[in-house]
Amino acid sequence: MDRTLSGLREETTNLYEIVTKRELIPHINLFEFSAEEVAEKAKPGQFIILRIDEKGERIPLTIAGADIAEGTITVVCHEVGKTTKKLGGLSEADCVLDLVGPLGKPAKIEKFGTVLCVGGGVMAAPLHFQVKALHEAGNKVIVIIGARTESQLIFENEMRQVCDELYVATDDGTKGYKGLDFLKDMLREQKIDRAIAMGPIVTMKTVAEFTRSYGIPTIVNLIPIMVDGMGMCGACRVTISGKTMFACVDGLDFDGHQVDFEELMARLKMYAPQEKLSFVFYEKGGRSL
Amino acid sequence: MSKPKPKVRKEAVPMTKQDPKERARNFNEVALGYTEEQAVAEAERCLQCPEPQCVKGCPVEIDIPAFIKLIKERKFAEAIKKVKEKNSLPAICGRVCPQETQCQAQCVMGKVGDPISIGRLERFVADWERKRGFEIPEKPAPTDKKVAIIGAGPAGLAGAAELAKLGHEVVVFEALHLPGGVLMYGIPEFRLPKSIVQAEVDYVKKLGVKVRLNCLVGRTYTIPELLKNGFDAVFIGTGAGLPEFLRVPGENLGGVYSANEFLIRVNLMKSYMFPEYDTPIRIGKKVAVIGGGNVAMDSARSALRLGAEEVCIVYRRSREEMPARLEEIENAEEEGVVCRFLASPTRFIGDERRWAKAMECLRMELGMPDESGRRRPVPVKGSEFQMETDTVIVAIGRTPNPIVQQTTEGLQVTKWGTVVTDENGKTSIEGVYAGGDIVTGEATVISAMGAGKKAAKAMHGYLMKK
Repeated sequence: MDRTLSGLREETTNLYEIVTKRELIPHINLFEFSAEEVAEKAKPGQFIILRIDEKGERIPLTIAGADIAEGTITVVCHEVGKTTKKLGGLSEADCVLDLVGPLGKPAKIEKFGTVLCVGGGVMAAPLHFQVKALHEAGNKVIVIIGARTESQLIFENEMRQVCDELYVATDDGTKGYKGLDFLKDMLREQKIDRAIAMGPIVTMKTVAEFTRSYGIPTIVNLIPIMVDGMGMCGACRVTISGKTMFACVDGLDFDGHQVDFEELMARLKMYAPQEKLSFVFYEKGGRSL
Repeated sequence: MSKPKPKVRKEAVPMTKQDPKERARNFNEVALGYTEEQAVAEAERCLQCPEPQCVKGCPVEIDIPAFIKLIKERKFAEAIKKVKEKNSLPAICGRVCPQETQCQAQCVMGKVGDPISIGRLERFVADWERKRGFEIPEKPAPTDKKVAIIGAGPAGLAGAAELAKLGHEVVVFEALHLPGGVLMYGIPEFRLPKSIVQAEVDYVKKLGVKVRLNCLVGRTYTIPELLKNGFDAVFIGTGAGLPEFLRVPGENLGGVYSANEFLIRVNLMKSYMFPEYDTPIRIGKKVAVIGGGNVAMDSARSALRLGAEEVCIVYRRSREEMPARLEEIENAEEEGVVCRFLASPTRFIGDERRWAKAMECLRMELGMPDESGRRRPVPVKGSEFQMETDTVIVAIGRTPNPIVQQTTEGLQVTKWGTVVTDENGKTSIEGVYAGGDIVTGEATVISAMGAGKKAAKAMHGYLMKK
């Protein structure tokens, strides 16, 4: 831990530059941000908080990769509301005003044996970061990536290079398996030592439900609504085994068999009307409504 | 002690405030400050005691009679210089210090009438100078020693200013995107305008202090790393920023906020200007604020300003035990906040969308005094009653930020999570000092500043011997 920090910044430069931007599919972009100090420390499972501009909100994004030599970190962002849409509108060489991290506890990476990793939607990207580390730690890694439909799949090729087996699932069956039900057979047929699920809540919940009867330790990566992301506000509280935890400092990883997913889902919708209003306001070019 | 001369006014010169009805609907500053004439008139009431008691009540030992005398003589520039010899953040302290329990509590005039309004005078000279542009003291000779300050709150800023004035190179590391700590995220705009906080931070920067934002020490860098990378000493001023919850059923329903979340959204993220600013806030019709401190008052008054129809403070003891400043309780009540004493929530009840719709409380009665000296609230059996509420703000206290303690091996910590120090802020690690709420638990802005200054002196001693 006590190594020399090449990236130690003493002044606020307000320069978190987008070094690379790549559209993976429409509305899902991969960004590499110049953030040397974050790159030096970033581990799978951790996240950053960024704020685009003066009037912007702070949003958490799970880290999907770090390049110490280049001093960059990778995030993949799905345009779902005003802030993510605005981020999607930025180009290479543009900067965001604030970026802090790495936040949260790193995922546990060790030799577990056979690890099943399930990544839904945009979360296939941060899962890839973790799969790579698990593979390097000597695990047999079986990966399932899923999306609503074939055209929404991301990171298939990248994933193939770092895992032992890759399966694809889509909600509508346009590619690979239809839904996650095939997982039941897989769990019956082979020994899995650990499962990791990242993605929409339904995906994480389904995986946790399937693994429960086999007693497979199942980790889910939760990103509730956050503001500071450092344990100060408690917006991100989740109930784990009946106990309230803060996802930002106690997580993001939690025991999937102990999470109150219903509560999490309700809390994620807390600002739905405001988010809609904000989006409309943005689409109208910020003119008063 | 000299008797007050009969010609001295017993009553303090009142400070103009925004009308309660009007101000309850805006976020502009409530108290409008003294004019030059008002300030001089108030300064004239000061008896200039040969053995001033007020100074003993000031955690940063401002030479109070001296600066008041200068105001009386209309030497405002000199007056602010006098204040700044001891306090680098006077516009902030003049607004948020609890003077009534500190300097003003000691004032001799208080025995025959109102004590001198020291806070208002401090605010006056600070505002007077800020409007004209700060005078920057001459740079001292550099010592070639470098200090890292963790946290740009009151403790860190006060310590940083002190160390810079002594010629050390100072870098303040702040986790959030703006400096100021609780002054930015906690205290509302109507009590402490954020532009004033930033102006005073700018003054500290002009003393030579660098402020590095978006850097969470413990995650981005650790203290051992800072010590290995060119810093000769470190000051921990990370404060008490973790919200306490009641730990009763239903606390995670929609509409239930920690005061910290509520205030961070409103103050730091400016959600009162949503959707111009992106961070939203949801305020219902009937707001219940749990707690009796300044944070509860700030939350309640903010809720009113955001358009709540009814705001009720629910406190488990009675008015006498409320830890909030009397002035703030009065301000809140004037604006229409209602207080309900001797009640404590036992659970929150949600609707089908998991949104709060009511809370169940128990009535309390006061028993024997507890360790704080206040009478302990004792629940009355079978006294449960329900209150309709769609927004709950839990303001029952904050605990120390744990990240630095968790990531600094060898740092001695109490069972409450505070950092152990000697009386000068020295921790169990050589070269590492701490002060403010991270050492004492949640306290006041000025006591944190006092601790920052004290530690800075000790650090200076350490650095010069090193």
